Amino acid sequence: MRAITAAEQGFALCEVCGRLDKMAEHARCPRCNAPLHRRKPHSLERSWALLIAAYVLYLPANLLPIMETRSLFGVQRDTIMSGVAFLWNSGSWMLALIVFVASVAVPLLKLLSLTALLLAVQRRSQGEPLQHARLYRLLELVGRWSMLDVYVVAILVALVQAQSLATMAPGPGVLAFGAVVVLSMLATMAFDPRLLWDIKTNSKSEKERRERERTAPV
Amino acid sequence: MTRPPHLTACHECDLLLREIDLSAEKGTVACPRCDAELYRVGRNSLERSLALTCAALVLLVIATTFPIVGLNIQGHEIETTVFGAARQLWRDDMPGVAVLLLATTVLIPLIELCALGWLLLPLHLGYRPAGFSRVFRALQLAHPWAMVEVFILGVLVSLVKLSHLADVLPGPAIWCFGALMLVLSVLSSIVDYRELWQTWEAAEA
Repeated sequence: MRAITAAEQGFALCEVCGRLDKMAEHARCPRCNAPLHRRKPHSLERSWALLIAAYVLYLPANLLPIMETRSLFGVQRDTIMSGVAFLWNSGSWMLALIVFVASVAVPLLKLLSLTALLLAVQRRSQGEPLQHARLYRLLELVGRWSMLDVYVVAILVALVQAQSLATMAPGPGVLAFGAVVVLSMLATMAFDPRLLWDIKTNSKSEKERRERERTAPV
Repeated sequence: MTRPPHLTACHECDLLLREIDLSAEKGTVACPRCDAELYRVGRNSLERSLALTCAALVLLVIATTFPIVGLNIQGHEIETTVFGAARQLWRDDMPGVAVLLLATTVLIPLIELCALGWLLLPLHLGYRPAGFSRVFRALQLAHPWAMVEVFILGVLVSLVKLSHLADVLPGPAIWCFGALMLVLSVLSSIVDYRELWQTWEAAEA
């Protein structure tokens, strides 16, 4: 059985209140007055722009120090990775693993998988859309956890101040890191998962159309 | 008739679906094609959501005004609240990070809870709240940016990091943030946006 989408039938689902209406009859949702769109407008362009910005900031986020510790023994600069290494060496390997996953693995995998989803839509790749849809749902779920390191820096900086032996100050990396998290979350939100299913729908109706043309009497 | 009354579409794959009346049952309805959650049924969530919103507001106020963690370095006690941490970041030339911290842990959860209360209380009393669709939109936009649960984990990690330097004293706010995290996750699992709009349609203008 062929799946029928709302867009094919001229319907659009209101993004705000979830009401279904005929696009031809309403430019705005009659219930909540939000503009109706078949798909999120300029989804691919916006998603690409935000994603590329996140890629650019990913380098300073990981290379620049996120924290500077000044003590009698001099200045120690910590990057994300050295923070993970510190936790690992001090025996809290469980926490080291959590921080590694949240701050290193998740941001990178998130950027790469969103790139894969965008390419899948643009190249109309005939993969299994269900797996892509699941990946997208996972991205929405895990993206926020990367904010972890920003919070750690905030707490440490506030507590370790002049009165004690050492002083901790935030490094420029933390700003870049926070920006990567926010930008990649925005990029995920700009992406429209319905585009993944449109590949199948469109190619099927294309195929049917071509077959119909082939069998039509000349 | 501009709109067939029993049609809906999946918000993730746009599959056209017929709504079935499942009001007698409990649970969630998922899209048959992409498995996305379409709506929840039979939760009768309005009243419980309102109660949890009030509880979360109280917890949020305590969590932000009391110290989260303290340090004891040679008899010297240092404590910090969320605002204290944000102030320090601001002083250290990181206003962007300070704003990010305050927004995701205090401001956006506050907006979300106030918006929920604004919508739920009048609906519970049987009339339509003012500016329903605008407040609903604010609620929708705010939701993904409230990161209380991530903040809790961040506090725990920093406690471990600091325990090598000095005695760490967990403050009262950390418990409130923990409770807030639980209440917020229950809240987001029972608030049913579809039910909100249906109640709005049924309520008097």
